[in-house]
Amino acid sequence: MGKVDFGGVVKDVCLAYLPGIAVGEYAVVHAGFAISRLDEAAALETLRTFAAMESPNEEPL
Amino acid sequence: MKHLTEFRDPELAGRLLAEIRRTVTRAWVLMEVCGGQTHAIVRHGIDQLLPPEVELVHGPGCPVCVTPLEMIDHALAIAAKPGVMFCSFGDMLRVPGSGNDLLRVKSAGADVRIVYSPLDALALARRHPDREVVFFGIGFETTAPATAMTVHTAKRLGVCNFSVLAAHVRVPPAIRAIASDPGNRVQAFLAAGHVCGVMGYHEYPVLAESHRVPIVVTGFEPLDILEGIRRAVRQLEAGEACVENAYDRVVTFQGNESAQELIATVFEETDRNWRGIGTIPASGWKLRPEYHTFDAELRFPVSGVRPAEPNSCRSGDVLRGRIKPTECPAFGTSCTPWSPLGATMVSSEGACAAYFHTGRFIPLGLAKTAPDAQPAAL
Ligand code: SF4
Repeated sequence: MGKVDFGGVVKDVCLAYLPGIAVGEYAVVHAGFAISRLDEAAALETLRTFAAMESPNEEPL
Repeated sequence: MKHLTEFRDPELAGRLLAEIRRTVTRAWVLMEVCGGQTHAIVRHGIDQLLPPEVELVHGPGCPVCVTPLEMIDHALAIAAKPGVMFCSFGDMLRVPGSGNDLLRVKSAGADVRIVYSPLDALALARRHPDREVVFFGIGFETTAPATAMTVHTAKRLGVCNFSVLAAHVRVPPAIRAIASDPGNRVQAFLAAGHVCGVMGYHEYPVLAESHRVPIVVTGFEPLDILEGIRRAVRQLEAGEACVENAYDRVVTFQGNESAQELIATVFEETDRNWRGIGTIPASGWKLRPEYHTFDAELRFPVSGVRPAEPNSCRSGDVLRGRIKPTECPAFGTSCTPWSPLGATMVSSEGACAAYFHTGRFIPLGLAKTAPDAQPAAL
């Protein structure tokens, strides 16, 4: 078991399905179990791709 | 909250919407499979921001909505037994069985408890060795790991007064059933991100190929959903039908292998009846024979249960994307969240409840304020 902070609310969560998850990492939790680790580098990369898309205002009419 | 708010950014949403508008040239029908996505789409009004060519239909991925009626009737019968402590997720309590629900069984004196995790139910069993503690194990591949670990632990610790009424369901067989239905209108699927987080997406390429449908693994925040839609529309316009992962900060191709392993240890596949939809082959999980002593269905056999669905409820058509909730004549009149006829009006992930709580039943233009809605069940 480990402690997970849900934006202020801290709950005990079973971490058995994410061996090696470290303090400070983010995870997806369902029914008291951490089931997926969040890849922060992938999150930032996705946001960069969105930001590189043309904004509606720059759209040629 | 970090990694959530960034994916709600309105400026980036505008860019994604512009990109979708630039890509689309004709009408397409997309289905978001998961009820969590339906909730987000309706709540943020994403369907109303899309170009008119892109239609979203809502899928069957609402766990309490598809839990079969006979299973709910069985749960009600078990919960009413003396000596039983019946534990369930909160949103199951108001789901109508044949003329009754868990909340009413509870007010009639049964010991029905709301738990957040099956581990809470197991802890209750250990604290109350004189009681039979039963956990109602419903949900998709996201909650099955929790039930699997709990049953496994109960066996290891030898907790004999604990059992599970297992009604878990799997997404890929449901996608296959919808795509192969002769009346199907869905041309692309947004697959449920958290389900794929557990199971990976190696089951999807064969579905995409054999049914010629793009499948995009999609997250739950507004930008995730727009990106899923953008990728699906791009494929449709290009005449492609492959599997893409638009939620790679959480989902890998293989998924969570330790969770898959324990699921396979504890459960085996079974045909399951989906409420309103019918039986889908190999779409459910039941406990393997090695775990039969923890199977509440076997421990508490009940007879004389005759499931009867209110015939005015069209939730089967809603769950298959055939109609929108507002097309059901009972919507907002004889069926409301306070007096639901069908499960899709109960759960926060049910399409009928999502439409009701965002005031979609008021003709557009009159909708100044949202109705004084009760918060959706968790
Ligand atoms: S509005 Fe009520 S009666 Fe109609 S489909 Fe939805 S749950 Fe069933």
